[in-house]
Amino acid sequence: MAAVAQLQRQFIEYTTSLHNEGYLDDQFTQLQKLQDESNPDFVVEVVSLYFEDSEKLLNNLATALQQKIVDYKQVDSHVHQFKGSSSSIGAQRVATVCVHFRNFCEEKNLEGCVRCLQQLKQEYILVRSKLEALFRLEQQIVQAGGQIPMME
Amino acid sequence: MSIEYQEEDVPHVLAVDDNLIDRKLVEKLLKTSSCRVTTAENGMRAMEYLGLKENQQQNSINGNGRKVNMIITDYCMPGMTGYELLQKIKESALLKDVPVVIMSSENIPNRINECLEKGAERFILKPVKLADVKTLRRQLTKC
Repeated sequence: MAAVAQLQRQFIEYTTSLHNEGYLDDQFTQLQKLQDESNPDFVVEVVSLYFEDSEKLLNNLATALQQKIVDYKQVDSHVHQFKGSSSSIGAQRVATVCVHFRNFCEEKNLEGCVRCLQQLKQEYILVRSKLEALFRLEQQIVQAGGQIPMME
Repeated sequence: MSIEYQEEDVPHVLAVDDNLIDRKLVEKLLKTSSCRVTTAENGMRAMEYLGLKENQQQNSINGNGRKVNMIITDYCMPGMTGYELLQKIKESALLKDVPVVIMSSENIPNRINECLEKGAERFILKPVKLADVKTLRRQLTKC
């Protein structure tokens, strides 16, 4: 039982730090609240979709910015999608980079766009690894017979 | 008969959004609020589902249309925007009384006013939260 309590404490601390550091915002908590017995893997499912979608978008963005003549409308459209899904799952830092990215698109600033894409990749990789760590912690708690604490 | 009654009891909502993650989220929010949900990935698919065709005169009952109690749609979609979908619905004799809710990630007052003036029931700012859907749900039970 001590093992479970320790894991639960770790989970709470980790989740709290992710919020404090701005990786996740309240929208992620909303997702967690939607998870229940009828849909016990809801958060993992949605986040997995987000990972798949994000990777496609990052590839599309790289391709779009490599064109001889860059179609900024197309680039902006991809970033808009990315911003939308990031906001919907609570990936706050990713969404923030998207906002800057869209400004550069409007200005047709290629250098700015390329820089933002790099930042976007970094922030995405960061949030992905943190979410994966969080899910691993959850699995450990469940395997040890405990319940995942509800974050407020 | 009793099965039909139970089905009538649960509102049927059509959720339209081109973003896969948003679609899944809205669907879950609605299901959590005891709604039956059908999703569509764009305006054209939504219109097909509702039995609306581009140039059809909407005076006859279209046997191919399905009954929905509410339509919730994203504003920014490729091809047909949520506003255009709203227009088509309001122009339809069959569907004009179905409440239409518009969602958008962008807080643009002109856009909001435009939609409300066209007859949208409500404008919700994304990301959509459970509280937003609960409010809508309460309204649906009053219908």
